[in-house]
Amino acid sequence: MSELHTVRVTVNGTVYERQVEARMLLSDFIRHELGLTGTHVGCEHGVCGACTVLFDGEPVRSCLMFAVQADGHEIMTVEGLAPEGEMHPLQEAFHEAHALQCGFCTPGFLMTLKPFVETHPNPTDEEIRKAISGNLCRCTGYQHIIEAVKLAIKKIHHSDAA
Amino acid sequence: MAGRYFGQPIRRNEDPALLTGQALFTDDVHLPGMVHVAFLRSDYAHARIRSIDVSRALERPGVIGVYTAEDLGDYWQPGPLLVPPPPVEDIIFHQRTQVPLAKGKVRHVGEPVVMVVAESRYIAEDALEDIFVDYEPLPPVVDIEKALEPDAPLVHEDLGTNLAARVVQRKGDYEAAKAKADVVISRRFYYDHGLAAAMENRGIVAHWDPKMQYMTIWDTTQAPVVIRNGLARMLGLSESQVRVIAPFIGGAFGPKIMMFYPEEVLIPWLSLKLKRPVKWIEDRRENFFATTHERYQVHYAEIALTRDGRILGVKDRFYHDTGAYDPYGLTVPINSQCTLLGPYDIPAYHSEMNVVFTNKTIVTPYRGAGRQHGVFVMERLLDIAAKELGIDRTEIRRRNFIPPDKFPYNNEVIYQDFVPLVYDSGNYEPALELAKKLIDYDRFLKEEQPRLRAEGKHVGLGIVAYVEGTGIGPYEGARVQVETTGKVNVATGVGTQGQSHFTSFAQIVAEQLDVDVRNIRVVTGDTAEFHWGTGTFASRGAVVAGNAIHAAAKKVREKVLQKASEEFGVPPEELELRNGYVYTQDGRSISLADLAVKANPLRGAVKPGTEPGLEATMYFGPERGATASGVHAMIVEVDPELMDVKIRKYVVVHDCGKVINPLVVEGQIHGGVAQGVGNSFYEEIVYNEDGQLLTASFMDYLLPTAMEVPPIEVGHVETPSPWNELGTKGAGEAGAIPTAAAFVQAVEDALADYDLEILEAPLSPNRLFELLKEAKQKKEG
Ligand code: FES
Ligand code: FES
Repeated sequence: MSELHTVRVTVNGTVYERQVEARMLLSDFIRHELGLTGTHVGCEHGVCGACTVLFDGEPVRSCLMFAVQADGHEIMTVEGLAPEGEMHPLQEAFHEAHALQCGFCTPGFLMTLKPFVETHPNPTDEEIRKAISGNLCRCTGYQHIIEAVKLAIKKIHHSDAA
Repeated sequence: MAGRYFGQPIRRNEDPALLTGQALFTDDVHLPGMVHVAFLRSDYAHARIRSIDVSRALERPGVIGVYTAEDLGDYWQPGPLLVPPPPVEDIIFHQRTQVPLAKGKVRHVGEPVVMVVAESRYIAEDALEDIFVDYEPLPPVVDIEKALEPDAPLVHEDLGTNLAARVVQRKGDYEAAKAKADVVISRRFYYDHGLAAAMENRGIVAHWDPKMQYMTIWDTTQAPVVIRNGLARMLGLSESQVRVIAPFIGGAFGPKIMMFYPEEVLIPWLSLKLKRPVKWIEDRRENFFATTHERYQVHYAEIALTRDGRILGVKDRFYHDTGAYDPYGLTVPINSQCTLLGPYDIPAYHSEMNVVFTNKTIVTPYRGAGRQHGVFVMERLLDIAAKELGIDRTEIRRRNFIPPDKFPYNNEVIYQDFVPLVYDSGNYEPALELAKKLIDYDRFLKEEQPRLRAEGKHVGLGIVAYVEGTGIGPYEGARVQVETTGKVNVATGVGTQGQSHFTSFAQIVAEQLDVDVRNIRVVTGDTAEFHWGTGTFASRGAVVAGNAIHAAAKKVREKVLQKASEEFGVPPEELELRNGYVYTQDGRSISLADLAVKANPLRGAVKPGTEPGLEATMYFGPERGATASGVHAMIVEVDPELMDVKIRKYVVVHDCGKVINPLVVEGQIHGGVAQGVGNSFYEEIVYNEDGQLLTASFMDYLLPTAMEVPPIEVGHVETPSPWNELGTKGAGEAGAIPTAAAFVQAVEDALADYDLEILEAPLSPNRLFELLKEAKQKKEG
């Protein structure tokens, strides 16, 4: 298993180049090779969604991909959501609505939701629930997360109303 | 009644780090030279180990060491008994605690057998494949009732029995009560409570620095102080040479308590031996096998009542599955035994608990900690009694509530804190009334339900009550200090796993010192900052640590005013503390920062009998817990074709005394209910007859998602605890306790025309299908 492959990938706007084994998971690559530990790993079998990152703008589960598959692609992790010291409206909304407790699942929710809130100015509750149905949270019971999504959408799309 | 800070829905101090991916979790610790561990675990529930061959693993490049039980020498010891048995007369208790690596025999699937350490986790896991263990399979002990039959195989042969414990507790004279009863109802109940499945698995990083002679350990534990003291003793180090940090933890819910898990004991040992940082992170599969569960009990329960529904007595004999070992003593079954009594005035109680060893993962508390089982039995008995006596189900509960003038109310049975269970305060009827109002009880039963039934819909309502003994001793402590920057530092020994302690504890301090909550830095779970305390369990943070912090903050307030009074030559009573300043009545002022500087002079002398600084350390040790209570109600709709159950409406009315932060308490309740919903219909730990765990992934063990957890409406009743100054009661577990009891009642109600009587939880579509089939056959046959 020792043959190494070159991975050149842009993460949060920075280009990284590393030599990795073909079997290295993208989640391990992000966390342990790049040191971006904001992406969490809760199951490593694709169910919990904690490891979600944006892959060329689309939410993917980084535990279900290999690092080598990311070669030449662009990734965004939770660390890239807003410049240092600032927060994306979605992060602000999570804070205001108390949408996180232990916070372990939170980066996965944020990365799943970023494209959703940006493209859904008026979702129904049911649509919001569907949007997060692939992310598990064991602490919050989801209710405050749903409220945070509405709040974020208000901030992004209806800022004069906020 | 709320203060400026105390009682306010203040946003959390801990959020920014968590939201931006900057918070440190155990697996985020990365140290130069760090090596990685993987464990080979037993595939058998019960087997003798004939031999272990690790030679091929040792040859694999990158492998640093491979260890079996034999290699541990004297370090191989069974773990400590964490909770001794309670002082109940004629108690039987057999202590058998877990071992670091199995020796001679494996007792459950997932028990660690061999430890591999390598340059990377990938290599360590590769090396597991190289190891050969020769097992001789033994018949496993799976069913808790069969386990006690005379010819059952034995989990611990030297004991000669699988009975781990038997405890009989009594109040009044049940047989005499029964003799006077108009009705006696007896049933067999089965209740299975699942596993915690915190989103973060367990993990530990240990770093022995040989030059500093200092061990630093990052551990996903709820009780860092206990772990530090225990590990120091085991490793032969001084307590001051060991620092245990419980950093941000991704949920815990019980199983991350001070277990001295095999991995927790071995990783620091390995670091000491290798003189390198060592990391082990559990994966999800391991979490299912190797992190403790809660699981099932079987109850044979009986209730004796008068014609008008008054309870004369309850009798119960039950069996509790403790798994292969019992390091956490009897906490879970004692909670079941005591909590069964609920909010009801029960003159006579006779309860026999039988705790049984099985070839399964160890059982220790998981949110609710056995209380669910007791509540389920009691609430079901009342439902059946109400039906039989033709009394409304809320009315039978109301008639039996302990009236508000009967507190403190002594249940006379010994609780998990080893003193008789006395309820401090409570007022149950208003909670029931409010719940009925919020769920629209009368209108639903009179109008909604008949109307929907006429449309062919199967809708039903469930409503149940419960109490929860919270905030038990022995004690917690805290240090509060005003720094020379004017900011305040708070340190306490409890760990935090999402309970918002960084904020709610700060609110308690802010209330005394009138400092912005954001300027109060709370440190929890770092033994270098505070090394007294027991841990976060039994919904005790807000009560026990909260009151210690309150006491310390009050003391600091006194010191601040004293110091200012010396400065201004004005008596302390005439001073006012506001926004980080002390004001005199004539308009002079000084900041807390300046006072802190003056309190720590670099010249002159600190007066004899006084201490430098604006700092205080205080402890709080409640003699008894504080009893929270509540009522849950829900409306469900059952699809009798697909057997799917949808929760249409969910109401919680709860009383956790004084609330520090309502936003946080609401979050705790939502999360608790979500776990209760899982426990009602989705989550089930399934072992087959070979003792194999069939539900060891999130594809098989179903956690509720946003599609399953309903919106929850919360109502409040506030009965402050008279036994602590803040008046708080615990709120952490309540949401999860009565859900399944309410769910089953609602499902039964929805399927009223089938005449179902459901005596078990959890349900599932499959199980419901079977139950309906049985009921139909009974009706026809
Ligand atoms: S860690 Fe990737 S989905 Fe759970
Ligand atoms: S906040 Fe803990 S898992 Fe979601």
